[in-house]
Amino acid sequence: MSEPLLKIDDLTVTFGGLTALNGLGMEVRNAEIVGLIGPNGAGKTTAFNTITGIVKAERGSITFRNRDITGWKTPHIARNGIARTFQNIRLYDDLTVVENVMVAGHASISYNFLEAIIGLGRCERDERRIREKAEYLLELMGLSDMAREKANALPYGSQRRLEVARALALDPALLLLDEPVAGMNPMETREFGELIERLLKDLKLAIALIEHDMGFVMDVCHKIRVIDHGVPIAWGTPEEIRSNEKVIAAYLGKE
Amino acid sequence: MDYAFFLQQIVFGLTLGCLYGLIAIGYTMVYGVLRLINFAHGDLLMVSAYIAFFGIVMFHLPWVAAVVIAVILTGIFGILIDRGAYKPLRRSPRISALITAIGVSFLLENLGIVIIGGRPKSFPVPEVFSGYVMAGGVRIPILSFWVLLVTAVLLIGVVLVVNRSKTGMAMRALSRDMETVTLMGVDANRIISFTFVLGSVLAAVGGILWCMKYPAVEPFMGVIPGLKAFVAAVLGGIGNVTGAALGGLILGLAEILIVAIQPEWSGYRDAIAFCILIVILLTRPSGIMGEDLPD
Amino acid sequence: METTTRSTKPHARRDSLLTISAVGAFLAFLWYADNHFSPYNIRILNNIAIFIILAVSYNLINGVTGQFSLEPNAFVAVGAYTSAILTLSPEEKLASFIIEPMVWPLSEISVSFPLSLLAAGLVTAMMALLMALPVFRVRGDYLAIVTLGFGEVIQVVANNIVPVTNGPLGLKGLNPYTNLWWSWGICIVTIFCIVRLVNSSYGRAMKAVREDETAAEAMGINAFRIKTLAFTCSAFFEGVAGGLLAHLITTISPTLFTFLLTFHLLIIIVVGGLGSTTGAIIAAAVFTYGSEFLRIVEEPFSFYGFDYEGIPGMRMVMLSLLLIVVMLFARRGIMGRSEFSWQWFFDIPDRVGSRLRRSR
Repeated sequence: MSEPLLKIDDLTVTFGGLTALNGLGMEVRNAEIVGLIGPNGAGKTTAFNTITGIVKAERGSITFRNRDITGWKTPHIARNGIARTFQNIRLYDDLTVVENVMVAGHASISYNFLEAIIGLGRCERDERRIREKAEYLLELMGLSDMAREKANALPYGSQRRLEVARALALDPALLLLDEPVAGMNPMETREFGELIERLLKDLKLAIALIEHDMGFVMDVCHKIRVIDHGVPIAWGTPEEIRSNEKVIAAYLGKE
Repeated sequence: MDYAFFLQQIVFGLTLGCLYGLIAIGYTMVYGVLRLINFAHGDLLMVSAYIAFFGIVMFHLPWVAAVVIAVILTGIFGILIDRGAYKPLRRSPRISALITAIGVSFLLENLGIVIIGGRPKSFPVPEVFSGYVMAGGVRIPILSFWVLLVTAVLLIGVVLVVNRSKTGMAMRALSRDMETVTLMGVDANRIISFTFVLGSVLAAVGGILWCMKYPAVEPFMGVIPGLKAFVAAVLGGIGNVTGAALGGLILGLAEILIVAIQPEWSGYRDAIAFCILIVILLTRPSGIMGEDLPD
Repeated sequence: METTTRSTKPHARRDSLLTISAVGAFLAFLWYADNHFSPYNIRILNNIAIFIILAVSYNLINGVTGQFSLEPNAFVAVGAYTSAILTLSPEEKLASFIIEPMVWPLSEISVSFPLSLLAAGLVTAMMALLMALPVFRVRGDYLAIVTLGFGEVIQVVANNIVPVTNGPLGLKGLNPYTNLWWSWGICIVTIFCIVRLVNSSYGRAMKAVREDETAAEAMGINAFRIKTLAFTCSAFFEGVAGGLLAHLITTISPTLFTFLLTFHLLIIIVVGGLGSTTGAIIAAAVFTYGSEFLRIVEEPFSFYGFDYEGIPGMRMVMLSLLLIVVMLFARRGIMGRSEFSWQWFFDIPDRVGSRLRRSR
């Protein structure tokens, strides 16, 4: 059994007096979709924020591709294979759709700012490469005809898909999706599920996602980690989780 | 440098520090709740000084009455600035509010020139504030006692309000997470107005006391003290009221003592605050009381 | 994979040709102005050029990268002094520095004007770099206060390090090197550099940082580096503009570079449209030219028997009100975030056509 792509061990995060995460453990393997679920306020987004370096962990480790990335800075993590979307959509509102996706290309340019001003051939070639990739990703996500619209002019569902396209522009090995189908109707949700399954195969990704839509989670995830108030309470396949007593208690207790 | 002189400089430093502290509290509270650097805050010093000045010189009010009216009016003025200029921009990107704040500050200063004229006016200092007291060979101005006393009383009052009252707690909750707290039903606007009043009143008192020490009143008198007060707020830990007072004291002491020890540096006195700011940002950006405010 | 590889810049050749022709026509106009305009009007033209340089640079850090900074007056001062110190001859320095002699080796150095401008830009850029380290590492909110404070400090320092700056006496008798060719030549180069930078991946990264810094970092952008880049570039051009200014007005002193300059530039870039280089250019030109007219409200005049006494300081009151009103009601300014494009002119027939069709 090969090493997992992402391995989280005993991750603990505190804010002031509040413990957001307490000893979280999780594994994501290649070509796998792992769900992270739990009642509201459970600490799920905090987990993503810690993985991507936005928040510092007090204890615990995050291992990605056999390297310890705990404490790495956010841009560095993004350039090394982990991309994400956000719970509240955080697009670059004033930039066009295609520009939003092209931003991630900045990580891979081969020229410095002086060369940008002079305008070497290299710059033009890089620019074309970045644009082509962006247009390809937009087509993949079905957003091609809106390429020149401002990002905040898009309908909600398209904005969510744009966030995914943007993240994919980093050529990640691991994609973190934070509530990707929130606010979508059942048909859109199903389409999205099919989309990410396709992405998983075509782009050789692994995906970890946070979601509240149980139907969606049970449908697409291979494995699920459940946490409640920052504490991990269950881990297993969708069938195992569905019948797990502790999980049912945690959710029912909140109703 | 002898013992008496040194003690005297410490008294001067503490006095100046109290003035900075009074102004710094307003900056720190508004920044804590709104993440806004209210550039116009320093100018409230000037506003209160002018109102009091006019009360005394034009309407011949007794000194105390003029000062009380000035402080009250300045407090109200602070709310008006928020309602008029900052509130409409609450949901806009932060840079918009900052630009507007600079605009308001500059407007106040130039209104000062237009209405009153650029030449400094002499603020009348009542007898009770002048004179000295000898204590152990050290000559201490009576004004210093007054400043220390008033500052201490006001500071205790503010700390009690911020830490014990419901409004104070709402203020601190707002500064941690405005969205959630508003959803919980707290009337954010009322709390914000309260913050502005409190800060403005303190700045107004600071302005009057400033005039007792430096009786020249002119439209730009609040600019440099305002800047330094903000540095004091950062030094003490932005968002923390006690920190602001502490930062003010340290800054005041630093300014006076550094120049006392090295008189050749007296021309650079105003640069001391700037250097302190850079040092804090390099070493301990969250300040002495170190509250890490979320973005 | 169906993509349009030429999609980066349609009509690139046509646009370049049009731009070059426009620049050529403008240079011809400059030649005419140089030979036929009065010194007063030439002075205004020089001022416009310098203010365009300043506005376009200031817009880079404030508008494009979204970091609120109040740096121009400080950086212009640094550039002005650097350039002036370097162009004065040793004899002139000996004559001017009467409080204390100038420090060696500055007392002996004397370089050409263009070299002094380059030095002015580099020295200012270096200062910006030093400032960027403490400020951009932490909360970006502090940039405004630090730059505001730096503006005060520069005055204090210039007043006090007499062996370098001649203290309160300032530097007089500078050679009036700045003419229409220098000011507008550098202006065109500045616009060119800034536009290229903004249109490159670096510019996109700057805008991303402005829109949402956290998201930008999550997409691999090192926000600290980008902000530092924008700040340092702004500083460079502002320093050069300072050198141009010094050799235009030929006398500089510590009290010359007050916050007023920064305030003017702030209004210019806000009214022009925060983030739009085109807006900054237009607003700078209009304001610099129009500020002559605003003097009216400060001087007495008679209007059909109505005597207006003229109120000093009124001009600044009106400008402050303008800034506040624009921020409250017309935050996007004239251009918003759009830029000039030749295509806009070519689209006019279509726009007119569709409007006529709609009204039928």
